[in-house]
Amino acid sequence: MMVLASIFDTISIQHYLVLSTILFVIGVFGVLTRKNAIILLMCIELMLSSVNLLLVAFSTYFGDVSGQLFVFFIMVVAAAEATVGLSILVLLYRNTRSVDVGLFNKLKG
Amino acid sequence: MSIEQLIPLIIAIPLIGGFINGVFGKKLPKVIVGSIATFAVFTSFFLALSVFFKLEESVTVDLFTILNLENIQLNARFLVDNLSIWMTMIITGVGALIHLFSMGYMSHDKGYYKFFTYLNLFIFAMLILVLGSNYFMLFFGWEGVGICSYLLIGFHYSDVEKGLLNGLAARKAFIMNRIGDLGLLIGLFMLLANFGTLEYTELADKILTQGISYSEGALFIITLCLFIGATGKSAQIPLFTWLPDAMAGPTPVSALIHAATMVTAGIFLVVRSNFLFELAPSTQDIMLYVGLLTSLVTAFIAMRQNDIKKVLAYSTVSQLGFIFVALGMGAYTAAIFHVTTHAFFKALLFLGSGSVIHAMSDEQDIRKMGGLKKYIPITNITFLIGTLAISGFPLLSGFFSKDEILAHAMHHNTIIYILLAFSALLTAIYMFRLYFVVFHGSFRGSDEAKSHLHESPLNMTLPLIVLAVLSVIGGLLNIPSLLGGHHWFTHLLNENVAGLSRVAELHITDGETLMLMISASVLTLIALFFSYNVYVKKNNVPVNDHEIKGWTKLSANKLYFDEVYNSLFVKPIEWKSTKLYSLVEVVILNGIISSLTKLLSGLSELVKKWQSGKTDSYILWMVFGIVGLVIYYLVKI
Amino acid sequence: MNIETVFWILGALTIGSALMVILSTHPVRSILYLILTFFMISANYILMNAQFIAIVNIIVYAGAIMVLFLFVLMMLNLSQSNEPKSPVKMVAAAVIAGGSLLVVLVAAMRDSFVSASNIVSTTNQQGLVENLGKELFTTYVLPFEISSVLFISAIVGAVVLAKREKQIID
Repeated sequence: MMVLASIFDTISIQHYLVLSTILFVIGVFGVLTRKNAIILLMCIELMLSSVNLLLVAFSTYFGDVSGQLFVFFIMVVAAAEATVGLSILVLLYRNTRSVDVGLFNKLKG
Repeated sequence: MSIEQLIPLIIAIPLIGGFINGVFGKKLPKVIVGSIATFAVFTSFFLALSVFFKLEESVTVDLFTILNLENIQLNARFLVDNLSIWMTMIITGVGALIHLFSMGYMSHDKGYYKFFTYLNLFIFAMLILVLGSNYFMLFFGWEGVGICSYLLIGFHYSDVEKGLLNGLAARKAFIMNRIGDLGLLIGLFMLLANFGTLEYTELADKILTQGISYSEGALFIITLCLFIGATGKSAQIPLFTWLPDAMAGPTPVSALIHAATMVTAGIFLVVRSNFLFELAPSTQDIMLYVGLLTSLVTAFIAMRQNDIKKVLAYSTVSQLGFIFVALGMGAYTAAIFHVTTHAFFKALLFLGSGSVIHAMSDEQDIRKMGGLKKYIPITNITFLIGTLAISGFPLLSGFFSKDEILAHAMHHNTIIYILLAFSALLTAIYMFRLYFVVFHGSFRGSDEAKSHLHESPLNMTLPLIVLAVLSVIGGLLNIPSLLGGHHWFTHLLNENVAGLSRVAELHITDGETLMLMISASVLTLIALFFSYNVYVKKNNVPVNDHEIKGWTKLSANKLYFDEVYNSLFVKPIEWKSTKLYSLVEVVILNGIISSLTKLLSGLSELVKKWQSGKTDSYILWMVFGIVGLVIYYLVKI
Repeated sequence: MNIETVFWILGALTIGSALMVILSTHPVRSILYLILTFFMISANYILMNAQFIAIVNIIVYAGAIMVLFLFVLMMLNLSQSNEPKSPVKMVAAAVIAGGSLLVVLVAAMRDSFVSASNIVSTTNQQGLVENLGKELFTTYVLPFEISSVLFISAIVGAVVLAKREKQIID
């Protein structure tokens, strides 16, 4: 078991903050721009991953293991969410023969 | 039971009767409904009678305090003195007889139970008016009788041919009363402002005993305003035109409200405030002249009226004018005496006319009547007695009461006496005209009406008989010393009514009384023979409408009073209100409200565009929202 | 070659592959780029000595979830589909939204910088499996159990939702 020195002896936490935020924003941009429902769900996973990254960074920074445990649980939730989301997608496809999000506007009001 | 317990009972029993009839009356049989109402009023009468016999000093019965502020206290309190209990007895006594009459008269009417409810409510309101111990209770009863009068005049509002007229007559009565009420209210407010109290006893105390200082001008205006209120309710010039129109209501209503009770409310008000009026001689003069003018004018109009009830209506106004003349001279007890006898014979005459109308199958034009004495004998005799009484036939009740007023007039001013005597003469002439045209001669109506002629049932003729007896013996109340009496009634009122004992008494010698009596009797007999001559001997019959000429035209058209009022007051107000309606209501108010609604719906259209149903736009706005939130927290911290 | 350079290279690669996820036209390519992104993130984890998380990231995310996505994509036969382009207005709005979000978040984080004196220990041992396991099964055992319930409900839900309806034979 190799034990590396804490990375935060050299770089500061700001770097990881910015990196994570950029990844998050890229995810948001993807959600807003893409019309394919599957890509939409993937971008959501990307957003969740960026949050994971930040959590682990902070856990390393503070030496607290709860951060990584939380990442664990986020992964659990992400997995469940992806599963259910995809099954809903399949159902939608069956009824409408398309996964274009722009077509699903029955709640227009 | 003590007086304190009886008085609330006297007032409450008609209210309860009205309530029972109002709520359950629709399902009860007609006999029960009428009996409950009549019985309630009879009970009140007997209770009032027992109170009358027990009463010595004036009694105050306190119920509860309505308002208790620093400057004003308003109490629900009753004052029982001889005046109020006497009025109570008249109201309940004559009222009970009229209730009995209505049981027969209104027996074919659909709204039977409603009628009796309103009648009982009216009695309730009128009792509060006379028994109240302060002006506030009086006003409460005043308004109450106004409403009941409105309801009862317009009772047949859904009648096919006359429904609209009935409604309009009711409205006219109410509005004219309202004008008078405004005067009354101003008077009350000024009373409160100047003296700080509305209680009769406290006011009498302050003015008579304590000698509180007051301004002459204020007192003049107060009494003038009170008189205006009385003018409205008691139908004097200029607010009298509602009374003839009010004859559109059923006859018992005319008898009760517009002959015996409600129209006497104004007179009661003045008598109650006698100490105020005694200190405002200018108002007394105004009262006198207005009353005199009213009496003469309406007597003139009555000379050529052809509806049996309208003649009686104008005669009521004329008699009330008479009484106001008496009040203007400070003859308060004489006024109440005449009110009493007037209640008897006027109610008798109205009920008699009701009996005639009933026999004539609802025909009211006297030109279509005639020779009825063969067919309806009891009505004939009682009507004759009533006519004799109102004309002042010697020794009947009207003779004594008119004579007292004439005596006061002669001492006051000879010209007024002459004019008043002339008015009495006219009264006798047109009343006998009425009697002879209706009951003598030959029948002028249709054959179909002739076949229906029948005497009224007992519950209608019995009140007639009782009232006829009262009209005959009513004079016994206040017999002058000439004939061996000692003015019992005057002493009765002077005993415990505040202020009356201080009014200067009339000192009249026996010789003068005799002369007055003889001259009055002579006038009456002249009138009797004149009418007899014209209408029986020469068989003169009132002409049809299109044949009227000359001075009779003025009389028949009621001196064009209604038309003048219409063009002076009614039409401009109607014009103004239409203009205001089309401007304010339609343009401004509607415009504001509709523009408000358009604004709102426009806004909602705008907001609706946000809900596009597309996920990406939702997420976009969510992101913007988050950005906004974070900025907000950044900036705040 | 110090650690900072490694960080910069890894960071650039991560961002680059993320951008390619959203910018590529072909859905399959997007998924592949996303797998690459996950690998990069795992590398970041290893850089921070979070060994367990790194491995789990690859196994769960890149291995299971992305494969699932790929399955669905293939099953629905969308690999050749052309999706309509978003209107320019939307792209512009999205850029603005994303950009402003970025700026605002960075500014917020800059402001609330936590001082270094709060750090308890810097032994950097916390990423090791032992330590993770110790915490997980003592303090966080309840969420652990509940997550298994969550999984079961997700499975049941997915099966119920995607089941084919029975054809009713008249």
